[in-house]
Amino acid sequence: MEELLREYFAILVFIGLAVGLALIMVFASMIVARQKPDSEKLSAYECGFEAFDDARSRFDVRFYLVTLLFIIFDLEVAFLFPWAVTLGDIGLFGFWSMVVFLGILTIGFIYEWRKGALEWE
Amino acid sequence: MVNPELWFEGVWWSGYALPTATIVMYILAIVIPVLISVAYLTYAERKVIGWMQLRKGPNVVGPFGLLQPFADGLKLFLKETIIPSGANAALFVCAPMLTFILSLIAWAVIPFDEGWVLADINVGILYLFAISSLGVYGIIIAGWASNSKYAFLGALRSAAQMVSYEVSMGFVIVSVLIIVGSLNLSAVVEAQRGLWFVVPMFPMFVIFFVSILAETNRAPFDLPEAEAELVSGYNVEYSAMTFALFFLGEYANMILMSAMATTLFLGGWLPPVDIAPFNLIPGVIWFGLKTALILFGFLWVRATFPRYRYDQLMRLGWKVFLPFSLFWVVATAGVLVAFDWLPD
Repeated sequence: MEELLREYFAILVFIGLAVGLALIMVFASMIVARQKPDSEKLSAYECGFEAFDDARSRFDVRFYLVTLLFIIFDLEVAFLFPWAVTLGDIGLFGFWSMVVFLGILTIGFIYEWRKGALEWE
Repeated sequence: MVNPELWFEGVWWSGYALPTATIVMYILAIVIPVLISVAYLTYAERKVIGWMQLRKGPNVVGPFGLLQPFADGLKLFLKETIIPSGANAALFVCAPMLTFILSLIAWAVIPFDEGWVLADINVGILYLFAISSLGVYGIIIAGWASNSKYAFLGALRSAAQMVSYEVSMGFVIVSVLIIVGSLNLSAVVEAQRGLWFVVPMFPMFVIFFVSILAETNRAPFDLPEAEAELVSGYNVEYSAMTFALFFLGEYANMILMSAMATTLFLGGWLPPVDIAPFNLIPGVIWFGLKTALILFGFLWVRATFPRYRYDQLMRLGWKVFLPFSLFWVVATAGVLVAFDWLPD
């Protein structure tokens, strides 16, 4: 096999093995252990009373906001990876291009901060 | 002599059989020690916290309680697997498996010693970063599929916290990459032969350590589990092996993150000083010792600090770590460019 492919093939085999191990552990336990479900056991957990509502309801919009901000900054990190590795080759021009890009992002970040998107009271 | 290469001569997969068997052996040589380490990490956690609180910790099962983790595992194996009636059964069972699988496959690229790495791919760090990012799926699927309020809130909190700290973790990794100039983890370790990155990059090491505490939902950032208010967060509805897989996955992730910190900052398999008594000890032992040191940090922090409030947690991640690590990336690049110290 080709050198490059062999390295990734090992990862593929690893994934297969890990999936197999997880499946065996869960289903072997289901077979070996005694299963005796009843409606009390299977109802959703609540402290001291019966569950009167399911969990498919609205939740705080700030969680949504956090993930939006995360997408912006994680993409930024994704841009930084190739830049960081090749910085030796692209030299000063590459460095200043990234500084400009990060500068624009920082302006956005300051705007977010001032708008209170990062507050969590 | 029997030549194994000739066993399957003429079959189309003959070229694959032997390499695959070798790979499976290597994988088992990684997975089994990892799972044993997980077992003894749970034991060490209870023992260390016990001592710090002037208790004895587990001491009944086996000598010094050493068989306790196996007794716990066996107990969980023999329990009933409960799938709540309101839950989305398929996703409910998949979520812990996903967490467990991800925490194992990330080990494929960790270099335990010089050349001791299953897949020496040239984008090792990117692979690790990607796999640890996927970890959030296991938790959010568990919280949603359980259809229970506690599980759902725990999962939301956990997801928001994990993505927040992942950003600063990304910046920390980038600042290391600038110095190394390669995404290969063995190259990262080799670059530290003269000086471990923990010395010039100490603030980044601190940020990385705090971020991995938050990434793995550990004290003082264990809000998703917050026993007193969320009763245990996203895994409240889980029992038996589905619970055990979450547990194994979380602890394997802790060890993985410590191994990552060791590789990035503490010189991986390299001895602290390259002179006679130290460099005779095999690298894998140094690697294990450093990882254990960071893991001890996890336990020490848990025994010492009270839980953070959620707004404090988000403020620390977004308003302190993010700007500071971003500044540090630019500063590192600036210094390296200005003095022409960049790797080629």
